[in-house]
Amino acid sequence: MTSPAARRDAPAVDAGKVRRDMFVRRLGTVALWLSPFLVYLFLWAPIVVLVVFSFNDGASVSVWNGFTTRWYENIINNTITAGTEAARFQTGLLLRAVRNSLIVGVAATLVSTALGTMLALALSRGRFPGRRFLDSLFYLPVVIPDITQGVSLAVFFNLVFEAVQRVLGVRLVPGFATIIIAHIAFNISYVLIVVRARLATMDPTLEEAARDLGANHRQTFWRVTFPILMPGMLAGALLAFTLSLDDFVITFFNAGVGTTTLPLFVYGMLKQRVPPEINAISALMIAVSILLVGSSLLLQRRSSDG
Amino acid sequence: MARRGSEPGETARALGMAAPATVWLVLFFLLPLVFVAVASFMSRGTGGAPVPPVTLDQYERTFTVFGPVIVRSVNVALLTTVLCLLLGYPLAFFISRRRDPRTRLFLLFLVLLPFWTNFLVRTYALITIVQRDGLLNSLLLRLGITSDPLQLMFTPGAVVLGLVYGYLPFMVLPIYASVERLDMRFVEAAHDLGANDARAFFRVILPLTLPGVIAGSILVFIPTIGAFVTPDLMGGTRGLMIGNLIQSQFGGRGNVPLGSAISMVLLALVFVGVLIYTRWGQEDRQ
Repeated sequence: MTSPAARRDAPAVDAGKVRRDMFVRRLGTVALWLSPFLVYLFLWAPIVVLVVFSFNDGASVSVWNGFTTRWYENIINNTITAGTEAARFQTGLLLRAVRNSLIVGVAATLVSTALGTMLALALSRGRFPGRRFLDSLFYLPVVIPDITQGVSLAVFFNLVFEAVQRVLGVRLVPGFATIIIAHIAFNISYVLIVVRARLATMDPTLEEAARDLGANHRQTFWRVTFPILMPGMLAGALLAFTLSLDDFVITFFNAGVGTTTLPLFVYGMLKQRVPPEINAISALMIAVSILLVGSSLLLQRRSSDG
Repeated sequence: MARRGSEPGETARALGMAAPATVWLVLFFLLPLVFVAVASFMSRGTGGAPVPPVTLDQYERTFTVFGPVIVRSVNVALLTTVLCLLLGYPLAFFISRRRDPRTRLFLLFLVLLPFWTNFLVRTYALITIVQRDGLLNSLLLRLGITSDPLQLMFTPGAVVLGLVYGYLPFMVLPIYASVERLDMRFVEAAHDLGANDARAFFRVILPLTLPGVIAGSILVFIPTIGAFVTPDLMGGTRGLMIGNLIQSQFGGRGNVPLGSAISMVLLALVFVGVLIYTRWGQEDRQ
């Protein structure tokens, strides 16, 4: 039955070691199946609980009192927390915050996508002095803590405003302009990263072919380069828009009176008095971000496919 | 490409395309940072504004008065990084071992999605679970594990929990990229040479995926060392971090030079992380 080779191996096998090794393997297998399950639970449980309790007929987030959609209705009907005058004002503030966030997000996205795409083209095509310096410079906003970016810009704007007041006698105040400028400053780097990845996969012979066929620079760009870059630009723009909508810290230091964005509004609610509608507001924000990310990922996949 | 690149107009065109973004970043990012660096060596004037004379007082105060907070911040960031690694590595390994690419994509998507939800909303969601009358305490009470609700909020531990929750995806993604590229034949070879699973992991798998581990650790460490929102909402006075110190120095009764000095210390800590990353965390330079 046993072959000569097996017989030769047999004395070398230590039964105790095999048992220990099999124990290690079983332990590893169990841990490898159990730990991802626990991590997913950890990541998702708070979000699921939040969404579920946004339908809770009571202010508690731990005791279930029955199903209701009245928190959502309150938001729609402008009657946050039992319809007092002050509360109604709060729904107005919420809508204003959403509007402010959209204004900032759209403006910052448009400018940063344009500037970031131009920069990506320059960095991957052109050869000019200081290219490597620019390369590392544009990674800085990604690594430097947002609190440092936020306060340094606030100090900077304050100095500029003081100088303007001394020269022109006009007192400027922070507002949309300062928030949008700040958002563009950090968004350019992210657009650059995404568009560059797209440029790296692009076939340079397409542009050469267009030129050989007599197209000038402008025609080559708009007829060949731009359509190919489009998915990358869209993905970059969606990333910039999401980052802009999500930013709290940098906005916090550079916002003015009346330019409260959605994250600032949520922060204010968490710091002062938490109205029961906050679960519904949060659930709506989660739904919107899932939609945004879903479409962004789809676009990125399509852009890497073709 | 070389033929086109040598055209004299090409360089000018590239410079023109790079100029707007560069001017923007220099004006609204680099210059403000330089201002803060300069302000950190100034004295405090009326209303907290930076004024001459030049002094090192702000740094002295940073290290003497706020030394404990800086040490705590480093400890919190390190502990967060280690916990993210312990949770993230098995998860990344698990995902990369699924055979169907669509399953892998879906599992990664499940990690990423919470991460794209607004940070404040996510932090709030976690708070509703761990607060005194939250779901966790009511569960523990009902199961009879504790007789009194645990005070989990407003401790350094709560900050670590919030930061792990917030930055775990930063750990999972780079490790996933490393593990997916791992050639399993090395592991088989280790087994054939008599290594058990533990030995194969520590002697073969871990060293080969180390760049991903380092990259993930730095990506978690950098934002957590400068965290502001999580310690602000979950830490209370016992869980204050560098970010909260900086925030308190800018504004009404603040001290801009002192806040600037604290910011510079934070930047120095971040750059230690960046150096480690560029030295050991990048895979593509063989």
